[in-house]
Amino acid sequence: MDWSKNLIEEYELNSGIDIANETRKVSYTVAVREALDYALAEDESIFVMGQGVDDPSGMFGITLDLDKKYGSHRVFDTPLSENALTGIAIGASLTGMRPVYMHNRPDFLLMAMDQIVNHASKWSYMFGGHISVPIVIHATVGRGWGGAAQHTQTLQGLFMHVPGLHLVMPSTPFDAKGLILSAIADNNPTIIIEHRWLYRQSGHVPEGPYAIPFGRGVVRRIGKDVTIVAISYMVVEAMQAAEELSAEGINVEIIDPRTLKPLDEEIILQSVQKTGRLIIADTGWKTGGVGAEIAAMVAEKGFEYLKAPVKRVASLDIPTPACYVLEDRFYAGKANIVSCCKEILSVNTY
Amino acid sequence: MKRPRTVGKILELAKDKSLHGVQPEVAIELFQCMKLIRFVEEAIADRYSEQKMRCPTHLSIGQEAVAAGVCLALNPDDQVFGTHRSHAHYIAKGGNIKAMIAEIYGKATGCSSGKGGSMHLVDLSVGFMGSTSIVGNTIPVAVGAAMANRLHKNGRVCCVFFGDAAVEEGVFHESANFAVLKKLPVLFVCENNLYSVYSPLKVRQPEGREIWKFAAGYGMPSAHGDGNDALEVFEKIQTALEHIRRGDGPFFLEFATYRWREHCGPNFDNDLGYRTEEEYLSWKERDPIALLEAQLLPRGAISQADIEEMERAIQAEVDEAFDFAERSPFPDPDEAFVGLYRE
Repeated sequence: MDWSKNLIEEYELNSGIDIANETRKVSYTVAVREALDYALAEDESIFVMGQGVDDPSGMFGITLDLDKKYGSHRVFDTPLSENALTGIAIGASLTGMRPVYMHNRPDFLLMAMDQIVNHASKWSYMFGGHISVPIVIHATVGRGWGGAAQHTQTLQGLFMHVPGLHLVMPSTPFDAKGLILSAIADNNPTIIIEHRWLYRQSGHVPEGPYAIPFGRGVVRRIGKDVTIVAISYMVVEAMQAAEELSAEGINVEIIDPRTLKPLDEEIILQSVQKTGRLIIADTGWKTGGVGAEIAAMVAEKGFEYLKAPVKRVASLDIPTPACYVLEDRFYAGKANIVSCCKEILSVNTY
Repeated sequence: MKRPRTVGKILELAKDKSLHGVQPEVAIELFQCMKLIRFVEEAIADRYSEQKMRCPTHLSIGQEAVAAGVCLALNPDDQVFGTHRSHAHYIAKGGNIKAMIAEIYGKATGCSSGKGGSMHLVDLSVGFMGSTSIVGNTIPVAVGAAMANRLHKNGRVCCVFFGDAAVEEGVFHESANFAVLKKLPVLFVCENNLYSVYSPLKVRQPEGREIWKFAAGYGMPSAHGDGNDALEVFEKIQTALEHIRRGDGPFFLEFATYRWREHCGPNFDNDLGYRTEEEYLSWKERDPIALLEAQLLPRGAISQADIEEMERAIQAEVDEAFDFAERSPFPDPDEAFVGLYRE
């Protein structure tokens, strides 16, 4: 599906790039690599570290051969010491560097929660705002092939809870490149969570550099009946659900917030004002998660727009099982979104 | 900041090598630095019950020699990271005392604008990079700063202070491994004061196993010393710094010392029973300031009159700092939102 060109006018607005005339198509992984490549070339203070960043496959291709291009002092493999290495990135950032710390899976970020939550998110604040921590932590969510409970976690809900972090979840190759460059340029600790299944996508990506501002969502599809706020890979599922629903005469509007922290509340509220119905589709757990936060925000700021109770499409509140039969049960997707839309449209109590 | 200087009979003693090989004028600076730390912290203890310093406050009284010996051996542009108990490190590195006291008072003029309190001190102008309050967690941050020093080729050494309990945290081991792996210019300084809050070392680490020895197992030179002897600390740190500045990688030093007062707060708590009055008194007899005074006075490096003059100057500086803190305004309540993100 050629959905990276969806709502071109939004891109123009946000990035100043005329993507309507953009014909170059590359994969998501190439887009990520281009962002890192550009940043490394432009700024000597940037370095990229993480387990396997110089491996022969280049972490799914996103760091491929960057070590050869920029040297092992700027692109380097690390010991498996996620907490210390996060602290090391923080320390380096305090003295003028802009580290990018790559992780194969967000599950390993849990080992670094002390440094992320106790230091990175708070360092600026607890020292009176005189210093900042310009680090980027990048992790790629795994899914499938029995990845199971500790290799597939989507932990954005945990990070969204913490003041002082920026949280970025790009769903298109275009957004990945522009948001990574924004993250590296940003003076605050930024966590980028990508999804392995998005790495299969190709899309229109300008060759040169561009930055997408944080806190600016995008309307992926215009509709009038239901607003679906879709996070990361759920944008793909939502777009497919929308196709199916449109055949039945249901027109959903799909909002991709792109960054969860800061969150573009305005674009969500405007859409809900129009449709009166809200579904949040997230890759994470339901309880205490991103869906809960967005639902609460709309309840606080746009309650009068709602014609039906808010609904959430999310993973079940269980660890990911390994067996694919159980795994299928665990993950939410197109079918859940379709049935959720039908349910929410059957209610009209407000 | 400008420190009061004591004019002693320094020159004629300049060739006296008996002070651990430390030059007499340096010995006097160490003495003065420890006095300053002691006076500041005694003043905090005296005034703490006024409840104007409303934050957890961990005093270093009794442990001044490590802070002074280490920080005076460092260059002004070398960096220091501290812990929850870091008034001494901050002062010894030359941190602004007015801003520190104001910070403890929660004032807008505090070094962290009132957001940090006693446990979150910073003065970048003197290389005091920050102290934080989760045990062990500034260790990797210091290693990262050292890595940046390496990348910048600026020749700076980054020193991190931590206590005996910090080596029980996994992050110490991860950080030591990385610092040795990359041969980074890090000085690890372990202040072993035998207790983590009320928990004695023997319930936390196997008896007889010495911290500095297992640090050596990571492949870096490691040594230990008397943390109440400022001259010994200074001398050992100088040796360590020679190694680090040669580009030979990190160095680990463990210093035995003892906090006189309770873990957190201004009082003595030997009555609680987790340690004995005898143990405390045996360490108090080895008061680091009195120990150095006993070495300086007989040699004529400093006179009683010099000491009195020094104390008057220090007391004036301390009084001025408290006066500044008292007179400073509190932050506007809306300042609570400032500083979370940087443009």
